Amino acid sequence: MAVAENNGTGRRASPRFLKVLVKILKTLGSVLITMLGLMFVTFLIGRVMPVDPVLSVVGERAGKDVYDAAYRAMGLDKPILVQFGYYLWDVLHGDFGISLLNARPVAEDIKRVFPATMELATLGTFFGVFIGVPLGVVAAVKRGSWIDQVARVVALVGYSMPIFWLGLMGLLIFYGILGWVGGPGRLDIFYEDLIPTRTGMVLVDSLLAGDWTVFKNALSHIILPASILGYYAMAYISRMTRSFMLEQLSAEYITTARVKGLPERTVIWRHAFGNIKVQLITVIALSYANLLEGAVLTETIFSWPGIGQYITTALLSADMNAVLGGTVVVGLIFVLLNIFSDLLYQVFDPRAK
Amino acid sequence: MSEKPLLDIKNLRVTFPTRQGEFEAVRGVSFTLGRERLGIVGESGSGKSMTGRAILRLIRPPGRVEADRLELEGIDLLSLDEKAMQKIRGQRISMVMQDPKFSLNPVMNIGDQIMEIYRFHTGASKKAAYEKATEMLEAVSIRDPERVMRAYPHEMSGGMGQRIMIAMMLVTEPEILIADEPTSALDVSVQTQVLSIIDRLVRERGMGLIFISHDLNLVSAFCDRILIMYAGRIVEVCEAARLNEATHPYTRGLLGSLPRLDEPRKRLSVLQRDADWRETESVSGRQ
Amino acid sequence: MSQTDTRKPTLREWLLTDTPTSRFHARMAALYNGWLTLRSNTMAMIGLGILLFLLLIAAFAPWIAPMDPLAQDLGGRLAPPGTDGHILGTDSLGRDILSRLIYGSRITLYIVTLVAIIAPGVGLLVGTVSGYIGGWTDAILMRITDIFLAFPRLVLALAFVAALGAGIENAVLAISITAWPPYARIARAETLTIRNSDYISAVKLQGARPLRIITKHIWPLCISSLIVRVTLDMAGVILAAAGLGFLGLGAQPPSPEWGAMIAEGRRFILDSWWVATMPGLAIFTVSLAFNLLGDGLRDVLDPKEGGS
Repeated sequence: MAVAENNGTGRRASPRFLKVLVKILKTLGSVLITMLGLMFVTFLIGRVMPVDPVLSVVGERAGKDVYDAAYRAMGLDKPILVQFGYYLWDVLHGDFGISLLNARPVAEDIKRVFPATMELATLGTFFGVFIGVPLGVVAAVKRGSWIDQVARVVALVGYSMPIFWLGLMGLLIFYGILGWVGGPGRLDIFYEDLIPTRTGMVLVDSLLAGDWTVFKNALSHIILPASILGYYAMAYISRMTRSFMLEQLSAEYITTARVKGLPERTVIWRHAFGNIKVQLITVIALSYANLLEGAVLTETIFSWPGIGQYITTALLSADMNAVLGGTVVVGLIFVLLNIFSDLLYQVFDPRAK
Repeated sequence: MSEKPLLDIKNLRVTFPTRQGEFEAVRGVSFTLGRERLGIVGESGSGKSMTGRAILRLIRPPGRVEADRLELEGIDLLSLDEKAMQKIRGQRISMVMQDPKFSLNPVMNIGDQIMEIYRFHTGASKKAAYEKATEMLEAVSIRDPERVMRAYPHEMSGGMGQRIMIAMMLVTEPEILIADEPTSALDVSVQTQVLSIIDRLVRERGMGLIFISHDLNLVSAFCDRILIMYAGRIVEVCEAARLNEATHPYTRGLLGSLPRLDEPRKRLSVLQRDADWRETESVSGRQ
Repeated sequence: MSQTDTRKPTLREWLLTDTPTSRFHARMAALYNGWLTLRSNTMAMIGLGILLFLLLIAAFAPWIAPMDPLAQDLGGRLAPPGTDGHILGTDSLGRDILSRLIYGSRITLYIVTLVAIIAPGVGLLVGTVSGYIGGWTDAILMRITDIFLAFPRLVLALAFVAALGAGIENAVLAISITAWPPYARIARAETLTIRNSDYISAVKLQGARPLRIITKHIWPLCISSLIVRVTLDMAGVILAAAGLGFLGLGAQPPSPEWGAMIAEGRRFILDSWWVATMPGLAIFTVSLAFNLLGDGLRDVLDPKEGGS
């Protein structure tokens, strides 16, 4: 009997690999469709735009023949699906068109502004993870205690506060009144262009250049917007951590760990927490994606030259290529983060069969 | 029995506060355990599992465990602090639970789970723990223990999982094993195998076994002595061999509701409950 | 209400019965029980209280507001709270902030109500049809849902408003377009469990058509989980609307929309803090109220997800 069972486990090893492969392929397939749909939606939004794309290229005073030529050159006489094909082709080649505002390729603009957003969102996520995870674990372990209540209130307030308003209040208090942090922007004006741009992230670039004064100045500017984004990440991460932990702590294997005589710290961190790690990575990836979105409003407040500010400025000047380019890029990152966490699940969770 | 018991329990009570007031899951249970196989039988909600967990002080607050006496070879378990209690759990009293699918940690491999308990209690080196763990897996009739050590619980069948659980709980050579419905989640075909492994190890090591089950037949075949629990109290205590002489109407009812090959009946009798059973004092299982 | 008892029961007794005498009776008893549970949740009651208060303020705005929300007074601009009867001060055009907040509650309620009808409505329709019909319909509808879920909501709403043009109605539309997919998911999940239940088979045997089954038997059962979700989502809707307003894409000036008011006060934040602070507090209070109520409702209506 034991022999038969042992063979059973042996047989499962290779199909498991195959199953994972099939799952990964399936995920990739559905992601591809999602991305296509995403681009189709942005394409359609661009088409219902009340702004005439031809006029914005040829100018108001162009003659009828010039206009018609441009109209055909832009493929606007073709059926909508064909037009979508052109659009897709361009996007796949990294071409989001020309910004109407500054006449530069949108793709280049995005490449330039994106590191600023990444810097902000990454630091924010760090805050969120390093405070949110322990807070969630403690809240679950000491369910109903004062610390659980505090965690609950902190999260509720986070869910209820407009992020742009919190940013303004932060500026008012910590910059205006207390003067503890740098104001809007990434650097004080006289520090700008002192260091070479390598990654586009000022904190990293100043470190690479070994320039501590610039680094300190950059830090004083980023700390407030990053903390504010981090607060939202923390609210989300701590709630999710708490509910994951509650689920695990009531599981039978936790009783087993206690029966084994293990100290409570080991029971909680090695056994219960060990079981939520992969789920938690998914949550962190999602929260990172949410921060990219939160950055849209935060960047406006802090004059942070990232993709959020890029999209909103473009919006207000009806620069549709820039808006759609930005939307597609943020959407793609969203989707990529989703697959990333999904794949992590498949690969690292021994239970994913 | 003149031998000093391993476990001496007097008037054990487990209480949970609820919105409707206090709920007593175990209401004054007394028994002793020697180097024997003691069965605790009862329906679900009778307090049999709670009794097992109360001995290990595993009832989580706001639940409360109280007893006039709860002693392991003279040590008062209720007065121990949490740290001292951790030394008792796993080291001197272990427990095997119902379903290995849930009672093994799904994301830790089996070797780590067995070695963890051994190293924690003995401070042994990784290598020594590894050897001890494979040895223990062999003792529960697992072939190719090296590979099983690397495997994860979900790759195991129920029967194997439960044998792994037994190996893990006995690797520290405790004096008492509490087996809480250890075979109820298993296929009938592997139940006997798991039972005989428990039986062999308990005998070889001269341990005390508390076997908790709802299956009166199984318990009477497997244990030396049986406590019948109903509504948080012990209603009857008897030697397994003399179960037929049981007098309490609940026990008789349980016996009567079992199908028997030697006495075929058209209709099995349905257990009639009497409100008085709930109120009568607990019978002592102390020897 | 059929009565065998000689003594007429009080309303409370009638509601607390274990043996309802009619379908209406049972429904009322269940509602009352839910209400009792909700009432014991202090936080939820605070949330409900705030929302009722908001409703009253919006309804009686012309009588409550001390001044005309649009009346400018350039001489008294940026007056700090407490000056000349301006309890919360004035903005950059000398308009009374309190009066603007009071009238602004109407806009907030208007947006919330419209989104709360459109988004779950569309979601319910898509979800139940998808779940009930299954097959290709299901695959296609769910794929579309996934595509919308893949977008960052605010960014998509921004793009929609950019295309449709700024304004309250377009903001409502944009928010609804980004908000319906989760409802479709919920409704579909509920439909899938209900579809295969015995009583639906029984109804089918009686000759009911799909339309009738969906509207009479599936929709009512989806409602409770949708209500919880709507209540919890409303905080997000308020924040999104305020965000659009803040960016100048929602309600247009001089309308006293709270988000737009913050945008206005932004320029003076360091000198005249109250202009941006007050509308932010209003937004915070209302969305907190929705969150508190939503949490409480989840415990009552959807005990499987909650956990006290």
